[in-house]
Amino acid sequence: MIRIKGLCKSFGNHLVLDHLSLDIRKGETMVIIGQSGCGKSVLLKHIVRILEPDEGEIWIDGQNIGRLNRKALNALRMKIGVLFQEGALFDSLTVGENVGFLLLEHSKMRREEIFRCVREKLEMVGLKGIENLFPIELSGGMKKRVGLARAICANPQIILYDEPTTGVDPIMAAVINDLIRKLHNQLKVTSVVVTHDIASAYKIADRIAMLYQGRIIAVGSPKEIKESSNPFVQQFIKGEKEGPIGSNSISSR
Amino acid sequence: MKGKIICIIEYLGGLALLLARSIIWSFVPPFRIRRVIKQVERIGADALLIIFLVAGFTGIVLALQTAYMLRRISSEIYIASLVSISMARELGPVFTGLVVAGRTGAAITAEIGTMKVSEQIDALKTLAVNPIKYLVVPRFLGSLIVVPLLTIYADFIGILGGGLVAIYKLGISRSLYFKMAFQPMVYKDFFTGLVKAFVFAGIISLVGCYEGFRTQGGAEGVGRATTASVVISFILIIWADCLFTAIFYFLFP
Repeated sequence: MIRIKGLCKSFGNHLVLDHLSLDIRKGETMVIIGQSGCGKSVLLKHIVRILEPDEGEIWIDGQNIGRLNRKALNALRMKIGVLFQEGALFDSLTVGENVGFLLLEHSKMRREEIFRCVREKLEMVGLKGIENLFPIELSGGMKKRVGLARAICANPQIILYDEPTTGVDPIMAAVINDLIRKLHNQLKVTSVVVTHDIASAYKIADRIAMLYQGRIIAVGSPKEIKESSNPFVQQFIKGEKEGPIGSNSISSR
Repeated sequence: MKGKIICIIEYLGGLALLLARSIIWSFVPPFRIRRVIKQVERIGADALLIIFLVAGFTGIVLALQTAYMLRRISSEIYIASLVSISMARELGPVFTGLVVAGRTGAAITAEIGTMKVSEQIDALKTLAVNPIKYLVVPRFLGSLIVVPLLTIYADFIGILGGGLVAIYKLGISRSLYFKMAFQPMVYKDFFTGLVKAFVFAGIISLVGCYEGFRTQGGAEGVGRATTASVVISFILIIWADCLFTAIFYFLFP
């Protein structure tokens, strides 16, 4: 489904992704774990081609996305929903217009129909009757859930989540985890989740990949990762201060 | 020094590229007239009061300062022509440009810059919307429409301001003042002012958007970009003013 081959990306002198390769299967939930600033979000942005790689290729559904023209790229992007870290809602639009943005811009559906769909998705994320509020009136966690509603509004085949449970309360985190599971089970969506929330990773993942120093150092089912013999993985999932990773290896990005 | 020159060339190149893209995207459907009208309102209608104050007082000052000289040669009657021609050719467009750059240019940069640092621009792309089409084109077209109109308005207000001094202080009759103001003004005087206004409109909207897209690094970055946007717009407006005055002087005497 998504095949990442030899991806390299650097910002200035700082090499963020170093010949990273990863295969994501159709319909699975792949969770990418790693330290803050290790390039997880950068990787995610390459999958929708917001960032262009210095080297390497990404194939989605048999298409090399680096070679797509504008129309084909837009068509691909419409099949992909993205949840951004802080929601990235448009401040000048209401919650309803935000959630229905893709449909309002690209579909010929009538406004009432779109808003019916918007209300349905908002209900799915546990937010009812807020479609006329503006993003500024929402709390951080609510923004994130609205962002999630926007990501799933046009029934995408692939959903990318950038830290879906960071900054929301534990109960809401459970709701979001459940929702990711539900989308996976019912709609057979392929999901890529970037997170450093290990508990959440165990709950939602079919497979977990660990990103360290620009490469994937381990891939496997949650059970395999738990039992991994890799000392880096063990230190990270157990959250230990001492170990091979060292607390000063956190890069600036 | 060499680095700085390259920087300037790079910057102007970036602006030229943005100009080309904005023009191309202006002709790509779908056309969202409502977005342009909204910008016309924000850039134009909301600036009427401040332009009234700036242009009105400029006219008054112009009349007072020249009265001082013209009185010595007993030619106060020419104040009217002097005010009207300097407003139409020079002060109307330049002051309008500077006011709009300070007001709207800064606002455009702050808005787009905030969108950039909060990943809203990335979100736009993932929703298959081109940021230039969605954000730059309405502001660009809106400015091109409204800045020349504001300039004409400023010209008239300036002439009225000068009239206040001439009629109530120097005792020139009302009809004579307006006759002396409009009679010597030829089509070219008015037209050169409008061409300048048109160019200034392009500079303000493009620099505002360009700085917005270049914004990096949170609230501080937005502040820096906004300052840069106003400073660069001011410099470019004065440069362009000089250039176009020279062109009109030497090529169309």
